[in-house]
Amino acid sequence: MSRHHAAVRPDPRMNDTSLAPRGGRFEPRIAQRQRTGRLFRGLCLAAVAFGVVSLVVLLIDVTRDGLGVLSLDFLTRYPSRLPARAGIRSAILGSLWMVLLVTVLAFPLGVGAAVYLEEYAPKNWFTRMLQTNIANLAGVPSIVYGILGLAVFVRFLGFGRSVLAGAATLALLTLPVVIIAAQEAIRAVPSSLREASYGLGASRWQTIRHHVLPVAMPGILTGTILALSRAIGETAPLIMIGALTFIAFDPVTPMDSFTVLPIQIFNWTQDARAPFHDLAAGGIVVLLVVLLLMNASAILLRNKYQRKL
Amino acid sequence: MSQIASSSSPFSARRRPLERVIRTSLFVCAAASVLVTVGIIYSLFADTISFFEEVSISSFLTGTTWSPQAGSYGVLELVYGTLIITFGAMLIAGPLGIASAIYLSEYASPRVRNVVKPTLEVLAGIPTVVYGYFGIMFVTPILRTIFPQTGIFNAASAAIVVGIMILPMVSSLSEDALAAVPRSLREAAYGLGATKFEVSTRVVTPAALSGIVASFILAVSRAIGETMAVALAAGATPRLTLNPLESVQTMTAYIVQVSLGDTPYGSLEYRTIFAVGLVLFLITLAMNLLSQRITRRFREVYE
Repeated sequence: MSRHHAAVRPDPRMNDTSLAPRGGRFEPRIAQRQRTGRLFRGLCLAAVAFGVVSLVVLLIDVTRDGLGVLSLDFLTRYPSRLPARAGIRSAILGSLWMVLLVTVLAFPLGVGAAVYLEEYAPKNWFTRMLQTNIANLAGVPSIVYGILGLAVFVRFLGFGRSVLAGAATLALLTLPVVIIAAQEAIRAVPSSLREASYGLGASRWQTIRHHVLPVAMPGILTGTILALSRAIGETAPLIMIGALTFIAFDPVTPMDSFTVLPIQIFNWTQDARAPFHDLAAGGIVVLLVVLLLMNASAILLRNKYQRKL
Repeated sequence: MSQIASSSSPFSARRRPLERVIRTSLFVCAAASVLVTVGIIYSLFADTISFFEEVSISSFLTGTTWSPQAGSYGVLELVYGTLIITFGAMLIAGPLGIASAIYLSEYASPRVRNVVKPTLEVLAGIPTVVYGYFGIMFVTPILRTIFPQTGIFNAASAAIVVGIMILPMVSSLSEDALAAVPRSLREAAYGLGATKFEVSTRVVTPAALSGIVASFILAVSRAIGETMAVALAAGATPRLTLNPLESVQTMTAYIVQVSLGDTPYGSLEYRTIFAVGLVLFLITLAMNLLSQRITRRFREVYE
């Protein structure tokens, strides 16, 4: 009994008079309390509706503005001073470079770190420190990663304002998210699987490689895709490292200068001339479609493999 | 079978080197995350220290005029811009987020919740530059219709779009906290004759308070670090004003402004972005640590 008293602390608000007997006699006032309840329910529903309606309004507004400029030419042309001739070719290529390199850099490192933390790490202060550090890194504002990229990749390592510097910056930004998602996926693998493998004489790495990772992989991939979809929408850190806003050529090597879709959108939104705003909206529609496809594939992946266990 | 037989001695000296190499390289992966933190601290401090050799720390931290061209480095004006937008965003995301969480956890059927919760989370996945566009092209024109004196860039539209952006953070994390409150508590309150409203607001919400507070702090931290929506919608005029219809400049928007401009690298003005970035980093770090602490320390443990 005493444990329950300890768990549920007496709430000082219990002492207020709204529920207490009035004038010494208890009056349930059911009708009034039910009315309050209905009002409250209505307010809560309105709050949910606000969120959903905001999303719908945002999508409709952007689509309405951007639909007019969408065409194959828009996707294949370089940006231009003339709105009628402008396109997002170099921005799309830059974003593709980012996704590709960020995956190559962040995925192995992130999964490796997660495997270490879940399967090998001893329970000591160092592991706890690593874990806290990763949680904090996930909360660092993206623009601070931009400052890191500027100081370390652009200046210190001399990558310049290149595709590589941008991708390395975004990879560090994505890393904690990948680690946390991969850890959750690995933790969800039942320990009976590991024990069965050990029981057959497999070593630790054999167990991880042949049993833990294959089972955890759909979860890891889902988390990674979601992390990448965050990276693809990032603008601020790339502005920091000096990704340019006007690129009229294809970036073909990792050392080329580049732009990405969100920066192109930012640039057009900032422009005072109205025709460029529609171009920005067109770019947003393309960006949102890409994100939608990535998220849908993550959800499909999760649903497909979720039933297996 | 033969494969199992051939590898049946996991403790043989022959295979141990590989196991050790793998363990070590995985450890290096995990330890790399510390290097990231070291890198962040190094890059922020190195230039900040040389900045403070020329500008006194006290004038930086207590000055109220931010005008680097005029040699005035009072960071409070930028901090103020960040805080007023964060405050406005929380005015929207706080109440609406909690109310949404209560609806999803206490009123909605599982089917409705399974559709609505991910739908709200889509809002958190939309790139922030899109919110900037939405703020300038949709919210500001509406504000200007209602209040004709509204500036083209104004704090209110930035606060509104940031509020919408962090709304799912509050609603999702708070809903998780509410859903984790054991059923028995609700049933005990119903047994005493409480209505659903009374159960939700006086039993379930207080019991989940630590989770709700933690979600608030995380949302505040996210709003403080938010960059593109604010840089686009709120403009670039540092100002200590209570009028949300005027332009203000946040710490993040200032950093973006300098990186877009042609300030030479290494100049005193350029080094301001590291000092401002350090302030931003320390504020969000403190918020995140606080939120983790609250979740750990004040988590109600039932049963």
